Amino acid sequence: MAKLFSRPEALADQPTHYCPGCTHGVIHRLVAEVIDELGIRGRTVGIAPVGCAVLAYNYFTFDFQEAAHGRAPAMATGIKRVRPDLIVFTYQGDGDLASIGMGEIVHAANRGEKFTTIFVNNAIYGMTGGQMAPTTMPGQRTTTSPFGRNTEESGMPIRIAELLASLATPGYISRQTVIKPKYIKKAKQAIKKAFTYQLEDKCFSLVEVVSTCPTNWGLTPVEAVKWAEDTMLPYYPLGDFKTPENN
Amino acid sequence: MGKVLMKGNEAIAEAAIRAGCLNYFAYPITPQSEVAEYLSRRMPEVGGVFLQGESEVAVSYMIFGAAAAGARVFTTSSSPGISLMSEGVSYIIGAQCPAVFVNIMRGGPGLGGILPSQADYNQATRGIGHGDGHLLVLAPASVQEAVEMVMQAFPLAEKYRNPVMVLGDGLIGQMMEPVEFPDHLKTEPSDKDDWATTGMDTRKSDKRNLVRSLFLDPVQLNENNLALKRKYEQMKKEEVRFEQYNTDSDYKVLIVSYGTMSRVCKTAIDMLGEQGFAVGLVRPLTVFPFPEEAVNKAAAKKGCEAVLSVEMSMGQMVDDIERSVRGSCPVHWYGKCGGEVPTPEEVIEAVKQLM
Repeated sequence: MAKLFSRPEALADQPTHYCPGCTHGVIHRLVAEVIDELGIRGRTVGIAPVGCAVLAYNYFTFDFQEAAHGRAPAMATGIKRVRPDLIVFTYQGDGDLASIGMGEIVHAANRGEKFTTIFVNNAIYGMTGGQMAPTTMPGQRTTTSPFGRNTEESGMPIRIAELLASLATPGYISRQTVIKPKYIKKAKQAIKKAFTYQLEDKCFSLVEVVSTCPTNWGLTPVEAVKWAEDTMLPYYPLGDFKTPENN
Repeated sequence: MGKVLMKGNEAIAEAAIRAGCLNYFAYPITPQSEVAEYLSRRMPEVGGVFLQGESEVAVSYMIFGAAAAGARVFTTSSSPGISLMSEGVSYIIGAQCPAVFVNIMRGGPGLGGILPSQADYNQATRGIGHGDGHLLVLAPASVQEAVEMVMQAFPLAEKYRNPVMVLGDGLIGQMMEPVEFPDHLKTEPSDKDDWATTGMDTRKSDKRNLVRSLFLDPVQLNENNLALKRKYEQMKKEEVRFEQYNTDSDYKVLIVSYGTMSRVCKTAIDMLGEQGFAVGLVRPLTVFPFPEEAVNKAAAKKGCEAVLSVEMSMGQMVDDIERSVRGSCPVHWYGKCGGEVPTPEEVIEAVKQLM
């Protein structure tokens, strides 16, 4: 009997620490599938962030580095500059990338560093216990915005994909989601495109993935999917915002 | 290549290339920007990497990423910039990667000034960042010594898989002196396959390498930190370097001084000798590990009545000296901490007050 579905070689045979209903597991799998399909496991280096994915290195089967909060793009720059033959990706959340690491990601993207970033946007700090992030929705209650995000004080949520797409340097910038099966195929295509641009030594690439955090949102996994679809997707539209071809 | 006349910062830049370090990431800051300017021209000539990062914080992680990927890599900065890099240095120490940091010190705290200083002594010798950890710290007193120390720093960093700092005051970077460059070194850590993220294919191995400073298990973190401690104990046994000057004389006062300041002290000692006063000097070449035994013996010598720490800082080295002297005689401080280098006459005056 033919085996039709199995664990990607790039994904470790290891239960994750992620909460029920969290989308990190799906995104990890998509990254691993893409790495397998492109046959690059032996030349890939991943960079784990600070946040829920801090232990991501436990779930992949290739070389990994663990970064400080927000600094993964600087580390990726260091690796890629000294070893351009390696395929390098950072895996970052929204507190990590859009808050403390904003400087690093903007400058790496603007230099056109030829690595890939998987940016998981779930509108909240997960690992530290559900604090407000730059991507938190207006009115969204978090442990540090108990009355809901007040945009008079905290501004509007930052749209990272649009912000990075506004840079004049060529790049591949896409926003996808994995909250329902119908979105997952497109998300994988975008991730594969991002790694392919890197393989071709073309440009910086980033895929933002709109995600759920049922635990810190205080919702069931099913409610979380609905909230993401109703609240986040209208504000964070999906699609390719920039490709090196249409820069 | 024979002797050439070079500015300290440019000599440091060239020394790194001759040490086989073809990867440099940096952010401009006075008084060491000439290193970056020199290497922006020179790295393309030798097929190396030059990158001006967006901040010292980012640079310290470019260094971390490159070092963790098994490349020989370095950066240079000055005091406020080193403070910003201290975060990355802590991670590099924890993850046990080799890298070289050059600090051409200026005055502080805060923006301080841009003139020579030795005010980062405590920062450099106490591990710089958060957590248990140390740098091996070399302190040159001339442009020639800066060149030699930069070239020694890379093999030392790789021997211990720990960052090494070359700690020079602003004068070391800014003055011109004749220098001679030692022979070229090889280009990469020889044991990198054991730990660096070079990609499994390059190692022809299915064992992946993981570089991290995160150890959530307290037993593991304890083990990692004790491994660091063992390295620092080994440094104390194998890497202590110092110079003694006029210590064969029957001195009543012993000066301990390093870097540019120690050269002024030597002049003062010669002048005092002509006046009939004997003064000895111990000059640490490594400030971590500190030459404890040398200072202890020199202070315990019969006839020695006082030890004087002469520094361009507010007496930061006094703690290390007192720890070494262990009470055999009192330890005093003389120095300036605003950017002026004390003159030999001023040092002589300070010494005479102890006689």
